[in-house]
Amino acid sequence: MPSAGMSAADHAANKAAVDRASKSGYLSDVQVYEPHRVGLPPLVPYFRELWHRRPFAAELSRAEMRSANTRTFFGQIWLVLNPLLLAAVYFVLLFILAPRDEPGPFFAHLTAGIFAFYFISGALTTGARSVVGGGALIGNMAFPRLLMPMSAVRTAFFRFLPPLVVYFVIHAAMGLPWSWTMVLAVYFMGCMVVFAAGMAAMFATLQVYFRDTTSFLPYFLRIWLYLSPVLWFIEEVPARLAPFLKFNPLYSILGGFTDLLVRGDVPPPGIWVMAAGWAVAAVVVGFLYFMSREREFAVRL
Amino acid sequence: MSSLFASESRAPDAVAAPLPVDDVAVRVQNVSVTYRTTFERTPTFKTAVVRLGRGERAVREVQALKNVSFEVPVGTSLGIVGANGAGKSTLIRTLGGILPPTSGRIEVHGRISALLALGVGFNPNLSGTENVVLGGLANGLTRRQVDERAHDIAEFAELGDFMDLPIRTYSSGMRSRLAFAVSVHMDPDILMIDEALSAGDAKFKKKAAEKMHELMTTARAMFLVSHALASVKEMCNAAIWLHKGELMLQGSPEEVVAGYTKFLEVGEDAFSLEDL
Ligand SMILES: Nc1ncnc2c1ncn2[C@@H]1O[C@H](COP(=O)(O)OP(=O)(O)O)[C@@H](O)[C@H]1O
Ligand SMILES: [Mg+2]
Repeated sequence: MPSAGMSAADHAANKAAVDRASKSGYLSDVQVYEPHRVGLPPLVPYFRELWHRRPFAAELSRAEMRSANTRTFFGQIWLVLNPLLLAAVYFVLLFILAPRDEPGPFFAHLTAGIFAFYFISGALTTGARSVVGGGALIGNMAFPRLLMPMSAVRTAFFRFLPPLVVYFVIHAAMGLPWSWTMVLAVYFMGCMVVFAAGMAAMFATLQVYFRDTTSFLPYFLRIWLYLSPVLWFIEEVPARLAPFLKFNPLYSILGGFTDLLVRGDVPPPGIWVMAAGWAVAAVVVGFLYFMSREREFAVRL
Repeated sequence: MSSLFASESRAPDAVAAPLPVDDVAVRVQNVSVTYRTTFERTPTFKTAVVRLGRGERAVREVQALKNVSFEVPVGTSLGIVGANGAGKSTLIRTLGGILPPTSGRIEVHGRISALLALGVGFNPNLSGTENVVLGGLANGLTRRQVDERAHDIAEFAELGDFMDLPIRTYSSGMRSRLAFAVSVHMDPDILMIDEALSAGDAKFKKKAAEKMHELMTTARAMFLVSHALASVKEMCNAAIWLHKGELMLQGSPEEVVAGYTKFLEVGEDAFSLEDL
């Protein structure tokens, strides 16, 4: 056995090989596979490779949308109809419970909030299934596994675009004012995407270890919806509850988004900082958790 | 018994010394792989809670490879033989960087294209063409390279209109043809084929063998897992035999196949050679 009495020359050669490998990452000429402690792959080569192979995530998302008929006319109608009906149901319910003087803005707020929440819950749900559902690919090919949940986030985002267009129609129909501050909602949309990416990675990992994660998700998401500023305006929160609701990441992310989009109100600086903070926290925690586990996925599927 | 693969330029007394880095395609050092599986088919919160209540251990360990070491010089076509469950597929996946070794170390010099049993890298709901594109992109090709090759791949696999139908409508022979076509068109430095040829028909096997001979002139190394001992002898210039995760024998294909056949004849699990 060569390793039993490894010569000095052998050690030197090995070291050179490892150095070369760690410098150049996956596509390198030399790859070295060693057992990992619970730990992360080298981050720079990992993300370089993730970036290099992003067309894979895009193509996977495109192919899945094709096979689900998302890109046909009726497929797009369905994407809009589904959250729109839900918004209508909540509108009727909330209007019976507490009639409002001005139903127009509230309905617009409700649809904007539900559309955005649908994006996040969609990213989370498809993201959770992405790794386990992609079992054959994971078991037989070596690539940065984060591409799978990222592809799910892309799918969810593209499913969010038709509803977003419909929102503007509703905005106009309700006679709400247009202002340049609406453009700032893009900032919160960015936060939404980053937050959703982190959560998708997190739930994708959980799903590998606990296959019933996706069965609990609908209940979890339903409660989350009620705790988020979708069915109510941010300023309507009872003073007693307000300090606690701030711990809901969607309080700032969705609240900022709908305030800007629906009413053109610029949120206080605290909301901007909080939204970015939650998004970054979600993506750092979610990605690191995923990456520390991803080399085990192949044996767990 | 480290590096005794047929490499004519090497004197017998040089056998024990490790090869210089540039001559090695793959170096496997004391590699063990242990699968940790849960008892239940699908791990869930529910079963985890129930097990916790009973104080049971969550996982069972399967040692698929035990302290395997060998070196493969550039230019080798290595046959891997062994019974079902010997760890052949595990070895291929570990070399391909899909499974991390539990202990030991693997060095691979070159880009690998692994073809695993019956093209299981495919998503059954997507069409043949879509799977080809996805496979290429996941392997790190650019979109342009993939598009250029998609046509050759379809042609080589001889699937015709089936390329636009979902993979779930394919027979296993058609899947393995497509998988083989994909693997050999990735310009691999190192090609690995795991039992993938067994499902093709005789005509395709012949075509595949020709393609593999052609690739051997450009590729750095090739790994062939097969139960067809005759084709191992014909296509490989070195072989190893795995049994229950252990490396039993390595050497020329004739030696290894002879040893393996003898073992089968006298061994405890005596099954008919016709099954191979
Ligand atoms: N995903 C897995 N989880 C747990 N055990 C596995 C898994 N894959 C293979 N094994 C076990 O590892 C051993 C080697 O399997 P494998 O490498 O597939 O053998 P071969 O390809 O030679 O038939 C077998 O005992 C098998 O049961
Ligand atoms: Mg096998």
